[in-house]
Amino acid sequence: MGNRTSIEARSSIAIWRDERFLRLIGQAAFLLVLVLLLGYLARNMFSSLRQLGLALGFDFLQLTSGFDIGERLIPYDRSQTFLRAFAVGLLNTILVSGLGILFATLLGILFGVARLSTNFLVRSLATVYIEFLRNIPLLVLLIALYTVVFIQFPRVSESIVLPGPVLISNRGVAIPWGTPTETYSAYLRILGAGVLVAGGIGIFLSWYGRQTGRSPRIFLWVILTVFLFLFVGWLALPLPPLALVQPAAEGLRLVGGQQLSPEFMALLSGLSIYTSAFIADVVRAGIQSVGKGQVEAAKSLGLTSFQILRLVVFPQALRVIVPPLTSQYLNLTKNSSLAVAIGFPELFHVGRTVLNQSGRAVEVISILMGIYLSISLLTSAFMNWYNARVRFVER
Amino acid sequence: MLPPPAERLTILGWAYKNLFRTWYDSLLTLLSIGLIYLLIRPFLTWLFITARWEVIQVNLRLLMVGQYPLAEVWRIWLCLEVQATLIGFSWGIWLRGRRLLGVALLLVPVGFAFWPGLNPGARLNLFVLSVAGLAAFWFGRLGGAKLRRTAVIAWVLYFPFVILVVRGLTPRSGFFPVVPANLWGGLLLTFLLTVVGISFSFPLGVLLALGRRSRLPAVRWVSITYIEVVRGVPLVTILYMASTMVPLFLPGGENIHNVIRAMVGITLFSAAYLAENVRGGLQAIPQGQYEAAYALGLGGFQTMAYIILPQALRLVIPVLMGLFIALFKDTSLVATIGLLELLGISRSILAQPTFIGYQREVYLFISLIYWVFSYFMSYVSQRMEIALGVGSR
Repeated sequence: MGNRTSIEARSSIAIWRDERFLRLIGQAAFLLVLVLLLGYLARNMFSSLRQLGLALGFDFLQLTSGFDIGERLIPYDRSQTFLRAFAVGLLNTILVSGLGILFATLLGILFGVARLSTNFLVRSLATVYIEFLRNIPLLVLLIALYTVVFIQFPRVSESIVLPGPVLISNRGVAIPWGTPTETYSAYLRILGAGVLVAGGIGIFLSWYGRQTGRSPRIFLWVILTVFLFLFVGWLALPLPPLALVQPAAEGLRLVGGQQLSPEFMALLSGLSIYTSAFIADVVRAGIQSVGKGQVEAAKSLGLTSFQILRLVVFPQALRVIVPPLTSQYLNLTKNSSLAVAIGFPELFHVGRTVLNQSGRAVEVISILMGIYLSISLLTSAFMNWYNARVRFVER
Repeated sequence: MLPPPAERLTILGWAYKNLFRTWYDSLLTLLSIGLIYLLIRPFLTWLFITARWEVIQVNLRLLMVGQYPLAEVWRIWLCLEVQATLIGFSWGIWLRGRRLLGVALLLVPVGFAFWPGLNPGARLNLFVLSVAGLAAFWFGRLGGAKLRRTAVIAWVLYFPFVILVVRGLTPRSGFFPVVPANLWGGLLLTFLLTVVGISFSFPLGVLLALGRRSRLPAVRWVSITYIEVVRGVPLVTILYMASTMVPLFLPGGENIHNVIRAMVGITLFSAAYLAENVRGGLQAIPQGQYEAAYALGLGGFQTMAYIILPQALRLVIPVLMGLFIALFKDTSLVATIGLLELLGISRSILAQPTFIGYQREVYLFISLIYWVFSYFMSYVSQRMEIALGVGSR
């Protein structure tokens, strides 16, 4: 209807029935109502803030924070600014989300494949695992893991010792860890050189593949190069770059090694286990989406089981798996904010403390929402790129 | 041509095929049996022998209805009885083939009535629940279009009815006293949050989905912004925002109780996800439907209301059910803003000096409650999917 030429429009439609005009008026009215509503809310907010004696602005981030954060990846103490506190929280969130994504994927693939096993017991165990975890709330699982498992471990003096040694107590899990020695920076330089060389080899091999028409195993050679530099660099240095420090219980404390607090362990295990159930379902659906005929045809061509999995099932299943998998990763990242209930100082928890200390509700919440929004928009952008790359090119 | 004969296996044959076919299969079977034994035996020992279940018995009322005044608990029972009637009625009308399962389900309250340690009022009410449910089931089996319509209208009216009954009408000393929102707690509050979240987020979500597909740029961009912003942040952030910023945005906002703020937060959050799902359904409607409707002379609103939306909603109902199950589980997050729904009140119970150390029993109990309801809802969703005949995996 809006495609009429302007001559006809001018002569035949009265303006109050002309659709284009009505559309403009409709949008203007809608925007007007919206602006009035938001303006009313904003005016209330400003007057409330004035009553409380607060101003709007982000300069409060330079003030001293005055609170400690128990776990941090960068140096921080109570004399640092709020901005630094936010940075500590964000790094904690990234750490927990990254490790959680890794473990959840591994567990999810394991249970997803187990769900399709021909063995009745294995299949049933996997089904029970998945169906139990999908139907309970994550917060209940987190709090139960924290209060029932991780702080109920024995005291440090009687901690459970696993081979490693890994010490498990109510102060958390202590694992052997490497501390940098004098040759550490030299080793990092060697690794950097290795990465560059591997990149160069990758580019060369892909050019070579295009020239000759035979594609060499680029990925394999790149990884081999990196590992070569990794090992030879370690052995070539006079002193090993990382020294293994083993944890030990001394009296009431743990010394040495890397100590993972009960909060961190509870959050990591809760997130990983919970998300792995959903990822298992996604993997199962992906594998089942590859038609039976594909596998039968591959078998009739004489491919071995493993070749079928790698060349036929896996690439097609990946198309179906990756989009929901990415959204599960996103859910895991957003769910890390539940650490506020068990006291792990990730971004949301730190944000709440900053809000309590500074009283700046609007700014702190907008910072929090902005950071989470950026993470999810980045993930959506990646997913859209991936989908566009692998979608079926149909007519 | 006859189909090939069905395989009939003896027990040993089944065991061979499913458990011991190859050598690594047998290994896996043995490992699984070992694992099950290692996990199940201590668990069962704990469950039946060492667990102290008096924490649940003593606090059952708190867990179920929070601090709702004892004199008004009859109203909760009334809502439950109407609910049992509705469920029995709907089961009889729509799930015709599952008679035995329906009857078994409706007899569950009777089973609970024999649990030790309940007071007589509760036992009587549980009996009434079963009786009402079974009577409605028998009545619903008569079937027919009129009964179906009655059932749908009854379900739609049920939710405002519940809110009215739970909240009350007159202040304090009158006939039907108002119970202020800060006394709602436990499983009652969980259900109220879920129900209010679903009822209010549904129209808002549909409006957002329509707005997102609108040809008017202003409406479309506002909808897109809202949906993407709300979907990109965690629910705890929105709940926290609702609980700390509502007093700033509305005059007299401090008087709006935390429960209402949580309901607003949950509604706004759920509407964005619902909008995305409804948009998926709208995209599946072919252009021909719109064109045919316009050719018949139906205007934009009429097309949407009578032609497009019924089809789109029918397509996405299974996905929406999944969303509602997730909403039910997400109500546990309001414990982080201090509300005492099922999880929140469990933590309060466990914080009492008498009950420190009873975490396993309490958390197992509430996990069981969440699990039972979620599983039941996904079962209903699967049956609905089959009944609606939409899509297959």
